[in-house]
Amino acid sequence: MSVARLVDSVGPLAAAVGGDPLLSGEVDLTVVLIVLLKVLVIFVGILVGVILMVWFERKLISDMQNRIGPNRAGPFGLLQTVADGMKLIFKEDLIPEKSDRFVFALAPFLSLVPAFLTFAIVPLAGNFNDDLGGTVEILGHKTFMQLADPQVGILWFLVMSSIAIYGVMLAGWASGSKYPLLGSVRATAQMISYEAALGLSLATVLLLSGTLSTNGIVRAQSGWEWNIWMTGIVPFVIFVIAATAELNRPPFDLVEAEQELVGGFQTEYSSFRFAMFYLAEFLNTVTMSAIIVTLFFGGPAGPTFGLTNWVGVYVLPFVWFFAKMFVFLCMFVAFRATLPRFRYDQVMDLGWKVLIPLALAWFLVLAGVRVAADQGWNALAVIGAGCAGIMAGGGLLLLALKSSQAKRLAADSAAAERSALKQTGGVR
Amino acid sequence: MANPLSEFLRSYLSVGIFVGLSFVLFGLLMVISWALRPNRPQAGKYINYESGVDPVGSTWSQSQVRYYIFALLFVIFDVEAVFIFPWATRLEAYGTFGLIEMFAFITILILGLVYAWRKGVLKWA
Repeated sequence: MSVARLVDSVGPLAAAVGGDPLLSGEVDLTVVLIVLLKVLVIFVGILVGVILMVWFERKLISDMQNRIGPNRAGPFGLLQTVADGMKLIFKEDLIPEKSDRFVFALAPFLSLVPAFLTFAIVPLAGNFNDDLGGTVEILGHKTFMQLADPQVGILWFLVMSSIAIYGVMLAGWASGSKYPLLGSVRATAQMISYEAALGLSLATVLLLSGTLSTNGIVRAQSGWEWNIWMTGIVPFVIFVIAATAELNRPPFDLVEAEQELVGGFQTEYSSFRFAMFYLAEFLNTVTMSAIIVTLFFGGPAGPTFGLTNWVGVYVLPFVWFFAKMFVFLCMFVAFRATLPRFRYDQVMDLGWKVLIPLALAWFLVLAGVRVAADQGWNALAVIGAGCAGIMAGGGLLLLALKSSQAKRLAADSAAAERSALKQTGGVR
Repeated sequence: MANPLSEFLRSYLSVGIFVGLSFVLFGLLMVISWALRPNRPQAGKYINYESGVDPVGSTWSQSQVRYYIFALLFVIFDVEAVFIFPWATRLEAYGTFGLIEMFAFITILILGLVYAWRKGVLKWA
């Protein structure tokens, strides 16, 4: 665009602030108002949601363990989280003398704020069934029912989950204490390992939708073409496992394995700083469920019974979205109630030796099928060749592992025999 | 909305407002907490936790080198994602040639993983 046209399109308001292209075009008060309204709604929604999530998880897990759970503060103990938060605000804030004070104070923010920010790209409502593409009209302006729809949507999610790792790592390092340091080093290695699997399983979704924007991904799934079956379930399973590890939730909660590491990276934290870590943990669970729904279950898509008024645009899609999200929240709680914790080497093995190769192979097969459909090749032959390729690769790998194991065993037994000979002075 | 650039920037503007608001809110809560909470310093309170006994040795101890190797491996696969994502969104445009290219690319990467595996880097014992 030429400079002259740019200057032409700049409004008087923009001229006042120095020709900022951000404010060119038809920016008026309503646009700003809509943005502020969305920010407020999402903010309040997230906070209330996470408070309810903490309560819900404690209640559900007590049911599963044959306990009653919180039932004192408010009806059904609903206000328990608020009470806990109030208590933590009134507690003395201790910063250990050996800690790095600035980083120690920064880390809780680095953990909590990304959890909030991920929600900015989740489409919460809007009718995706017709040609509307999820647009709604507020005060005469067409907009999406999500805070922002940047073109890099899914990268935004990956970036935020990477920044959250900094929160955990710096918290452990800055504490200047041994347990937190161990916990944070473990956490970092585990989270980055699964970050790779997470990203690779995501790539299959991008193959089908052809866009990185979350709104585009949801639009591509309209008409029951949900990615969970369009990608063939395996990427979804990989994504859920990797997400559980990314959240440091059981059975991957080695970061705060109480028996080994006291409280993990948050051992030295107290008062409101601890509350922030606590909040971030549950908020991440909610956010991850929302992301799973967006990527694999069509977001707010669902039958709207031909309604195009506010019920069909706001209420029903949000109800569908929430119902799907609720299923995953229950799933995460059920994981915690039923599964024993993994050992660290098992966690790393699962991530690097199973999930990453499987995600890559599945991605390649799916890409092959897509190209085959475009070029008019025989899809069955491509799928057959893909499966044969995967099986051949997997078989070779298994064979190599078996032979190396056999070699190692032989070497071990030979060494044992030699040392036994040495001990007995050569006499068998 | 005539200007695509401003549309692009505006979606980040709302994110920026969101970032600002979340920092302000939690900063505010920190200030409230600072105003409300008691502060009774005692030397013993600021010792690092070490199961109730006095801490021994340096706190920034060395940790196993294996964690670092995992970080190196991660960089490889994350850079790979940088190449795969744009390719995946433009699959139709690249067609068969793109598919073969991607096969070669991922095969080379897998070879790297297999090499690390064979070297025993992934083993945790």
